[in-house]
Amino acid sequence: MDFNDTPQEAEFRKEVRSWLGANAPKHLEAELKRASFGSNGLESEDPIKASKAWQKKKAEAGWACLHWPKEYGGGARSAMERVIWSQEEGPYAVLSGLFTIGHGMCGPTVMEWANEEWKERLLPPLASGEEVWCQLFSEPASGSDLAGLRTKAVKADDGSGDWIINGQKIWTSGAQNSDWGLLITRTDPDVPKHKGLTMFFLRMDSPGVKVVPIKQANGASGFNEVYFDDVRIPDDQRLGDVGQGWKVSLTTLMNERLSIGSGMSTGFPELFKFCMDMDIDGEAATADSGVRSKLAQFAVKQSGLKYTGMRAISALSKGETPGPENSIGKLVAGATMQELAMYALDLQGEAGVVWNEDSPQNGRFQAMLMRSPATRIEGGSDEILRNIIGERVLGLPGDIRVDKDVPFKEIPTTGKAKA
Amino acid sequence: MNLDFSDEQKQLRDQVRRFLKENCPPAAVRAILEGADQYDAKLYQGLADLGVLGAAIPEEYGGVGLGHLELCVVAEELGRVLAPVPVASTVYLGAECLMQAGSEEQKQAWLPKISAGEAIGCWAINEGSGRMQPSKVALTFDGKTVSGTKAPITDGGIADFAILLAKEGSDLSLCLVDLSGSGVSRKTLDSIDPTRGQVKLTFEGTPATRIGSAGDGWHIATQIMDRAAILIGFEQLGGADRALEMGRDYALERMAFGRQIGSFQAVKHILADMYVSVTLARSNCYYGAWALSSSAAELPIAAATARVSATNAFQHCAKNNIQVHGGMGFTWAFDCHLYYRRSNALALTIGSLSTWESLLIERMSAGNVEAAA
Repeated sequence: MDFNDTPQEAEFRKEVRSWLGANAPKHLEAELKRASFGSNGLESEDPIKASKAWQKKKAEAGWACLHWPKEYGGGARSAMERVIWSQEEGPYAVLSGLFTIGHGMCGPTVMEWANEEWKERLLPPLASGEEVWCQLFSEPASGSDLAGLRTKAVKADDGSGDWIINGQKIWTSGAQNSDWGLLITRTDPDVPKHKGLTMFFLRMDSPGVKVVPIKQANGASGFNEVYFDDVRIPDDQRLGDVGQGWKVSLTTLMNERLSIGSGMSTGFPELFKFCMDMDIDGEAATADSGVRSKLAQFAVKQSGLKYTGMRAISALSKGETPGPENSIGKLVAGATMQELAMYALDLQGEAGVVWNEDSPQNGRFQAMLMRSPATRIEGGSDEILRNIIGERVLGLPGDIRVDKDVPFKEIPTTGKAKA
Repeated sequence: MNLDFSDEQKQLRDQVRRFLKENCPPAAVRAILEGADQYDAKLYQGLADLGVLGAAIPEEYGGVGLGHLELCVVAEELGRVLAPVPVASTVYLGAECLMQAGSEEQKQAWLPKISAGEAIGCWAINEGSGRMQPSKVALTFDGKTVSGTKAPITDGGIADFAILLAKEGSDLSLCLVDLSGSGVSRKTLDSIDPTRGQVKLTFEGTPATRIGSAGDGWHIATQIMDRAAILIGFEQLGGADRALEMGRDYALERMAFGRQIGSFQAVKHILADMYVSVTLARSNCYYGAWALSSSAAELPIAAATARVSATNAFQHCAKNNIQVHGGMGFTWAFDCHLYYRRSNALALTIGSLSTWESLLIERMSAGNVEAAA
């Protein structure tokens, strides 16, 4: 047990610090630190351009995609070095949000399933931020039950070997900014649902692709609907065999849960600062015993997640496989953030209802309140995550699945409400 | 950075686990619950012979001279089997207090005996109801003797020595009392967890020596309870982990509606949430173990963090273990209530949950905002 850097780690930290000192976009620092929850908050510059510029600078110096091999534009750094990098990168990491899905999910899937030629074509510009990727998985009728998806891919009848795609995806983050998409489709409705799927990647500017932003419950539009109308994809852009799409998607989903769950904020440091600054009857809110109890419960969740992450890194750095501990990350962070936001508004009293530039911390807690329902659903809902913990970690039996061995086209699609 | 126990420490854990499997089955805990004995003397001697009691005591005082990380490993195993032995009172609090603040004479008198299993201690701080505050101490120390009452005191019925918080003039001091002498009476108190005996101790002009300087009692007691909170946190962690295992095993064995009950999401999700609370507690306790073993500046915050998280986990797992067992979990014959009892007793010892919650935020506020990140 040791929290201090080893001499090698200290040396690496020094190197990172000095590079960041000389190269980070310091003129954006204050703005990024102020960034309200859920956006990078840049107004002085175009956020997409600023993100791409920073990513490119990092890539040129070998600081992009630290977990990827060098041949594909990565940094080939150890788990511990990645942690040190992210500690030092601090507020500038906000600029990497545009690439989270590409670097964390699409990239690893391409790396595992594409041929060498495509990997050399696709991965380096993904690493350097020149090309942005999105993930086209969820559909209006299949979210948690992803394998029930209906977007169809059929072979073109012109003998070209190309595939023709028709259907609709939804909840696609960043589709409007993406150059490429990772797309899962149904190629065979006559076999049980998991067996008839096939994975592709495609240019998002392919003819017939239409991206429509979703106006979300919180008023923002980070997610999109993506429509496919006779979109043509060459067979060369297929990942895995025809009918093997489910297996390919598991690579993406495993990476999704690691990537979304690790290092998620609960909002505790901001709430704590708010309570330190807040006055109740002439004293800081933190002097009130009721406030303390609530804060302490949030605090131990925040620190529990932090040290759970460190335990996983400790295992990785010793060459061991981390245990399943990290599967708790998003489950805890999402629910905590929602409760915490409600509590922050409660402390504001009736004024908590107001959400404008005068709200504490620029309206951060109101923004968290309105965004957190999505955190508990995206990338595996709380309930799916509990199933995963129950079944894969604790070894409990799976649920009985009535549609498992039925040909996809025979699975009922609508229920009926009681009259 | 490395937040894990070493291979040697993991071997120690396996060794202690094997020993306890043999020497502390549920029947041994039940014997204390239902019988007249207040602790399992044979098991306690076995732990002494194994070197467990003196793990963190230096060799010059008859200990094994390992360290506090080893003691954390042991504590988790003792907690896992609900070992009915006074290790927390004697070692985490008693020996720790003597090592940190005792005089050479006090150390020589008691540490070798503690290591050998020949002396049991008790931590006699509490008086009255509610959060323990300096203003509540009424027991007095006149420089030579103590007079007054302390209750409830864990393991006070079997202890050979007691460490007391006493009023010396207008200040508080810590005192050491040999309980075999005159002027001590003990009254057994019924409690929610009879596997760890509680008594009321009354002193009437009982000979005592001061630990540390006059007026330094509250300060030392706070430091010792911070250290003990981490070790007791490991006991709670062990208990929580075992309660989760019991619930999981039962959910696999028990059939209802033609299925294993663990296949129902309503049951599966209870168990998943138990796993979450155990995992958070484990990570927070490891942070505490690091702070304890390195006497880091973060120790007071780490102690409160580990303690709050471990209390959460043990109470959450013990109550839901009964829920997963259904009616069977509420029978005397099943072991679920043993964990439920212990989880609720440990939640109160050396300061209840709300006390530690409050301490955590007081300490974070006194430090800086960085501590919250």
